Amino acid sequence: MVNLLWAGMIATAIIFAGVNGKMEVITPILFASAEKAVSIALSLISVMAFWLGIMKIIEKSGFIHVVIFFLKPLAYWLFPGIPRHHKAMNAMLMNMSANLLGMGNAATPFGIKAMEELQTLNSKPDTATDDMCTFLAINTASLTLIPTTVVALRAATGALNPGDIIGTTIIATFCSTSVAVLSDRIFRYYNRWKDKGTVLDKKTKKEVKKIRG
Amino acid sequence: MSPFSILNIISIWVVPCLILLALIYAYFRGVKVFETFVEGAKEGFGMSVRLIPFLVGMMVAIGLFRDSGAMELITNMLTPLIRLIGIPAEVLPLAFMRPVSGSSALAITAEIMNTFGVDSLLGRMAATMQGSTDTTLFVLTVYFGAVGIKKTRYALAVGLLADLAGILAAVFVCNMFFA
Repeated sequence: MVNLLWAGMIATAIIFAGVNGKMEVITPILFASAEKAVSIALSLISVMAFWLGIMKIIEKSGFIHVVIFFLKPLAYWLFPGIPRHHKAMNAMLMNMSANLLGMGNAATPFGIKAMEELQTLNSKPDTATDDMCTFLAINTASLTLIPTTVVALRAATGALNPGDIIGTTIIATFCSTSVAVLSDRIFRYYNRWKDKGTVLDKKTKKEVKKIRG
Repeated sequence: MSPFSILNIISIWVVPCLILLALIYAYFRGVKVFETFVEGAKEGFGMSVRLIPFLVGMMVAIGLFRDSGAMELITNMLTPLIRLIGIPAEVLPLAFMRPVSGSSALAITAEIMNTFGVDSLLGRMAATMQGSTDTTLFVLTVYFGAVGIKKTRYALAVGLLADLAGILAAVFVCNMFFA
């Protein structure tokens, strides 16, 4: 699906530009976007390094148990396949707490860390696991209590009461998150026999061993 | 004190306080805080660099699609259909851009606020949409890209369904509360 979407977007854009006689805009956009992608990744380095540093401290000291106390029941229900004290569970809980508090730039490093930990439990390194899909589902639905960016934007554009959309946002977020979790569960159910019972060939087995250490 | 100013104070205080508490707690539990910090920070570097190819691929596709005018054409074509469901045509570009590009979506939201008024129904609807959904494509690219997952199975479908639900809910709830 991602392949189709990716190729489709590029092909449509080029054909569209060609038909409209605007082909000269394509190449500059191409390089400008590529440059923007690299600069995003580079600016992520600083945020990622800082938050993962802090997370290591939070993890090692045991402070994590204080932070994530209330989210635990939800996370255990969402990710039945992950051992409760696995590092993946900790990172996912941190990601969820950061999202709830509207700390988007802190949520991403924890999310990526969680994916790395989930990958260690994956027997097919190029394919997403059920738990990865669930984790992505709650992240794309943006489970949040305080939409910080929008409130800031409303304040900047002179709203009388910038925070008055928080209530409607929480209701809408609750809807999108419920749909995400529900549709994920349905997909999970209908895929429950797929991708299972696969006999790993020798090469894949070796790779899995290497990844799992 | 209005709810907003309380919220504002919370959002300013929560991050510094979390860091402070975490450091104090860790220090008195005998954790070597600086060494531990550096150890964690090292991982952040590698993760970010590994993302570059995935981000380049995705952002080029999004940039081309948006700036060639193809996005606008599709939006215009779908307008009559969308009106039937009750989504105002003015917020349609935002609904389409939201899953694709976070910064463009935010720009559209700002534009809607400026054109129709930040406290108008459309302005609030745009704000609610912006706040209640996330940039599905970006999240997918970054999270799966970080660990080299190529077969994403049904994750994109779930993300887009969630966005659709969020957008419809935003329209409905705002019509109820603000109209």
